[in-house]
Amino acid sequence: MSGILNSSIGRKFAMALSALFLMVFLLQHFAINILSVFSENAFNEASHFMGTFWAVQFILQPILILGIIFHFTMGIILEIQNRKARKVSYAKNNGSANSSWMSRNMIWTGLIIEGFLVVHMANIWWHEMMVKYIDPQPVDATRYYEELVEHFQSPVIVGIYVVAFVFLALHLMHGFNSAFQSIGANNKYTKALKGISKVYSIGIPAGFVFIALYHHFAH
Amino acid sequence: MNLTLKIWRQKNANAKGKMVDYQISNVSPDMSFLEMLDVLNTELIEKGEEPVSFDHDCREGICGSCSLYINGEAHGPDRLVTTCQLHMRKFKDGDTIYIEPWRAKAFPVIKDLIVDRSAFDRVQHAGGFISVNTSGNTQDANAIPIEKANADKAFDAATCIGCGACVASCKNSSAMLFVSAKVSQFALLPQGQVEATDRVMNMVNQMDAEGFGNCTNTGACEVECPKGISLENIARMNREYLKASFKG
Repeated sequence: MSGILNSSIGRKFAMALSALFLMVFLLQHFAINILSVFSENAFNEASHFMGTFWAVQFILQPILILGIIFHFTMGIILEIQNRKARKVSYAKNNGSANSSWMSRNMIWTGLIIEGFLVVHMANIWWHEMMVKYIDPQPVDATRYYEELVEHFQSPVIVGIYVVAFVFLALHLMHGFNSAFQSIGANNKYTKALKGISKVYSIGIPAGFVFIALYHHFAH
Repeated sequence: MNLTLKIWRQKNANAKGKMVDYQISNVSPDMSFLEMLDVLNTELIEKGEEPVSFDHDCREGICGSCSLYINGEAHGPDRLVTTCQLHMRKFKDGDTIYIEPWRAKAFPVIKDLIVDRSAFDRVQHAGGFISVNTSGNTQDANAIPIEKANADKAFDAATCIGCGACVASCKNSSAMLFVSAKVSQFALLPQGQVEATDRVMNMVNQMDAEGFGNCTNTGACEVECPKGISLENIARMNREYLKASFKG
């Protein structure tokens, strides 16, 4: 096991595991956000639970932040190594003949998503940290829905959301299947997995965009 | 057909190379790509110029010697063929064709279009074999029952000719399709089990040491492979490697 992260396959495996973890988180995030479209109370209850339950706050949240940092940092390291593996570029390279745009541009779609995450964390997560731990405010289990609605009143925020989730969809369209391939899962289920991949990689980002647009126009 | 060729010319491994333009006329659509280059070289020699150096051997698509990155693709625009099997009918009169060597740090250019692919040999030497006493009393391999599906997959993997198109096509210059084919052909057969752990560890370590890039599953290698080696082999190698890593 020693030094597995020093090998190309080990790094690829670690990238895939962090990606799968982030995809599960994204699904959970979406499941809570979509509640806001159907029920203010349900959204407030779920958000309050996630925002106050110790295991989420002090175990899952740090793991999530570490997972994001790991995926981002490892992605950059791998990109630098990969660029070093070809010192002279081709005068003519027809990449679209054999691979998808998404697969060739994971670093760029990833960097755009990372940029969005910085804005998102500054807007939402940092606010949560402030009211809960840095400058503690009286607990209000019903504030979440109002804050969400207020957040999406800004056309700039909604615009950033739409652009970021388009790039997230492009990232996932390659990343979803790629993660399974990296952990060695290429078998009789791969075809079905590709179908699930399409539903997930387009459906989840489209769902997030829908939530943002819904609250922007409904209030 | 009349064609414009843009060919990478480089005197030796240390020289700085450049793309040079050549005009060639009366190219028959029935010529193979290498025959077209033979005609060009004959003309260059007649003019007293240095002919273009390129690798070739069997010209039957089985030796893996020929290479060439043609118009941005390994072995050219056709599928499941090596450059020697590529015919000029795939091009049109008046076309401009870019001809470049495989580009990878692990495949340095020796001269013009010839690259040093000995990195593949070293990966093979690291574990791409089974240790069998061939003193005369070896058991007949055909006497060992093997599931048909596995035998077929092992044979498919074994059709890899080690040409390096996978490395050339991969945006990361990754050699994983080649190495995974060599790992798979043994991993699927009982004869390969005894040395399975050492094989995959040693071959992957050697692959990394040679300076090939990391696989990001773009699938370009599978599309450009003249033998149609499947990405399933890379997934299998990943499994074999992880299994071996946990075994220690």
